[in-house]
Amino acid sequence: MIKKVYEGSINYMQILDENGVVDKSLMPKEITGPLVIGMYRNMSLTRAVDSKVLSLQRQGRSYTYGPCIGEEATQIGSAMAMRKQDIFVPNFRQHGVFITRGMPLDRFFLYWKGYEDGNVIPKGVNGYPVIIPVSSQLPHAAGIAFAQRYMKRDSAVVTYVGDGGSSEGDTYEAMNFAGLFKVPCVFIIENNQWAISVPRKNQTAAETLAQKGVAAGIKNILQVDGNDVFAVYKAVSDAIAASSGGPTVIECVTYRMSMHTTSDDPTKYREQSEVDMWKQRDPLERLRKYMAANGLWNDNLQKEMEEQNIKVVDDAVEKAEAFKLDPRSMYQNVYSFMPQTLQEEMDEMLESSTAHTE
Amino acid sequence: MLMNMVGALNNALSQILAENPNAIIMGEDVGKDGGVFRVTDGLQAKFGPGRVMDTPLAESMIIGTAIGMALSGMRPIAEVQFAGFMYMGYDQIVNHAARYRSRTRSAMSVPMIVRTPISGGVRTLEHHSDSPETLYAHIGGLVVLEPSTPYDAKGLLIAAAHGNDPVIFLEPTKLYRLFKQDVPEEMYEVPIGKANLVAQGESLTIVTHGTMVPMVKSVVEKKKVSADIIDLRTISPLDEQAILDSAKKTGRVVIVHEAPLSFGPGAEIAARIAEKAIFELQAPIVRVASGSFPYPFPAYETYYMPNEQRIGKAIDKVLQA
Repeated sequence: MIKKVYEGSINYMQILDENGVVDKSLMPKEITGPLVIGMYRNMSLTRAVDSKVLSLQRQGRSYTYGPCIGEEATQIGSAMAMRKQDIFVPNFRQHGVFITRGMPLDRFFLYWKGYEDGNVIPKGVNGYPVIIPVSSQLPHAAGIAFAQRYMKRDSAVVTYVGDGGSSEGDTYEAMNFAGLFKVPCVFIIENNQWAISVPRKNQTAAETLAQKGVAAGIKNILQVDGNDVFAVYKAVSDAIAASSGGPTVIECVTYRMSMHTTSDDPTKYREQSEVDMWKQRDPLERLRKYMAANGLWNDNLQKEMEEQNIKVVDDAVEKAEAFKLDPRSMYQNVYSFMPQTLQEEMDEMLESSTAHTE
Repeated sequence: MLMNMVGALNNALSQILAENPNAIIMGEDVGKDGGVFRVTDGLQAKFGPGRVMDTPLAESMIIGTAIGMALSGMRPIAEVQFAGFMYMGYDQIVNHAARYRSRTRSAMSVPMIVRTPISGGVRTLEHHSDSPETLYAHIGGLVVLEPSTPYDAKGLLIAAAHGNDPVIFLEPTKLYRLFKQDVPEEMYEVPIGKANLVAQGESLTIVTHGTMVPMVKSVVEKKKVSADIIDLRTISPLDEQAILDSAKKTGRVVIVHEAPLSFGPGAEIAARIAEKAIFELQAPIVRVASGSFPYPFPAYETYYMPNEQRIGKAIDKVLQA
């Protein structure tokens, strides 16, 4: 006897197409003029921040950095869909999420300039610091989501992993936990097509990355156009609204327009023609077309935003560069108490390195 | 009340859960089964499956989700079934639990406990008898505890639950039911970071911990030597002062541990004595430890780890030097 024991399918959603035209049947009604302008504002600020850090890095004023150019719709769309009480758990490329959630930019710059002090996130931002080891943040997100329900807080968790990270065991383990305990967690697979030099097709034979949630028993699974800020916004809003019933997996199909980090050269491993093709799908370009067609765009707005971005970014860089480190803070924040042995190590360090102590 | 180590741990866990509604126990088979060594026996019936939670079989997930809970104000007490299976969760411990405090300059911390049975001598299958305490002690930010008595087991676990740091709590399998001891019924703490001077003497110092403590005591009693026996109890942060005070007093030191010799805890202890008390020593330090290779199959284990004869010879060696 043979009988079918499982059958499933996964939908793809796009609301705003490459020409800036929306599918009205899917357009959420809360997406009106001010929200659209807000989305564009955060996307353009994110791009300005990326370009600033890249410039600082080339001047030796900042260290290794992985820009999110091309992925702004996924990041801003998801961050704007979050309610104030919702919590984000990022990997290392969610600059747009940090910016949208109100992370002080000087702290942001401080992190990428090599200061742990940049990881001090103000309470209202409701997020966790950058996580560098790939995908190990997903079990944290599932645990944080578990804790929200356990402690009777009305918060959902939104977490991010890349196409490369979707191959890691922690991704499955976290989704399995979330599916089993039905925790309020939204897993966003930010599929930017490249894991450093390895393309999406060489990462897995699975047809979609969204389907990684199927084996974990997650019921809400969707693939969206990750360069369509409206589709991402709707998918994440719906997922948060449904989060008391359990987790969601959303694969956002987007593209890393730039390098993995400042330490690699993408021309070594990918064709310019592919980059050019994705340029046609640029998330900012697309939103601008929509805004122009709907009377939300004018040259003054563009000028005002550009000037504002430069001012905000420059002020934050200035503040970050004025930060004075205290080497004792390395030793003082290892434990909740100061072990005698560590105190002696600190004293020994201080005796022979006076350069940075005030 | 007379308790063995399993009973003392069970008693402590029960009191911790009763005291703090945000404390939970999670791990494989910790529920109805009460854990493979029965340390959590009866706790699910008492506190419910929402607080004594069987999890899927995935160590990285157990530790990783516990980190998320601890970051959110909960007090997870995770059980990993054997130290030899905890390597799957080592990334979560090293990359996240240990450094969340330092990398956020104490804005965030991970007050969780990971309990796991450690060490051998009980004829297990492969991978069930490892002594990897230095793998954790080497990682700053972790508190590494290993009791050798029921009294210390309860007091250290309660101290860990009241602390604000990630704790690796190592429970020597061989000592789980080896002996009973009078353990107070009320909650009490054994201080973290303080070694225990279990015997006092003049001729030599023996620094040890875990499974080796009863063995060392037995050798010292049989040989009738006058020895300070230091049971570390906290592997990290190390109670250097207690070791130095005793080493300076006796001038002769033997270090005994079940972990492999090379790069084992004895290397750290000997180095600290050498740095700070070498001119007060009257003999070279002697280490007694297991072989510098993976834990053997059960038929070989008596030849692998320290035994009373080897410890006795080491004592003779430092006393005669």
